[in-house]
Amino acid sequence: MKDISVQEADFDVGAEIAALSAGDVDAGAVASFVGLVRQDKHDGAVAAMTLEHYPGMTEQALAGIVDQARARWQIRNVRVIHRVGRLLPGERIVFVAVASAHRHDAFAACEFIMDYLKTRAPFWKKEETPAGGRWVDARESDDRAANRWK
Amino acid sequence: MLKILYFANLREAIGSGAEDIELPAGVATVGELRSALGARHAALLTAKNLRCAVNQKMCGMEAPVADGDEVAFFPPVTGG
Repeated sequence: MKDISVQEADFDVGAEIAALSAGDVDAGAVASFVGLVRQDKHDGAVAAMTLEHYPGMTEQALAGIVDQARARWQIRNVRVIHRVGRLLPGERIVFVAVASAHRHDAFAACEFIMDYLKTRAPFWKKEETPAGGRWVDARESDDRAANRWK
Repeated sequence: MLKILYFANLREAIGSGAEDIELPAGVATVGELRSALGARHAALLTAKNLRCAVNQKMCGMEAPVADGDEVAFFPPVTGG
């Protein structure tokens, strides 16, 4: 099974979760996260969002984050999917799922991978609003979330 | 030769996502490269919280740069 995909296409959450533990009778838990495009309203509704990335580095960065998760927790299959290109509010952007023998490792690794992805994987979001295009600013709260794991 | 890449708002400000340049004389670190390129691309100098990567690994401005490297400049990441 492929661990990491960076793609324009949408994904089937149910099929991805099922595949994670298919044939793995030692997996006792699967934790997953789905990130969606939000219609933020603070500066006019977001009509769409375009995700840019750094091909090559993105996949390496995500693989490195998964490796760190494997070093910290007892986890089995991991799946990370991140979409790029133009997305509309309500669409899925990102999927992380982790299988493990027991729930704690799956929950923790899933959250760790998301926190590190948000601050270390080279993706950039540009929103389309009534006032024009706007690059999304990095959030300090995301840095704080990632720093919890140090 | 160095491959230089720019992303997101930096790419838009510079008007290009990539360029190949000769390693400028006296440049040994990413920070020195930033200053040298800044003469042509002011956005590199004015960007707040500019991030960089050498050969597709995030690094600090003190990281060494050598002929043949791929060096990328970009704003803080906002994926997920």
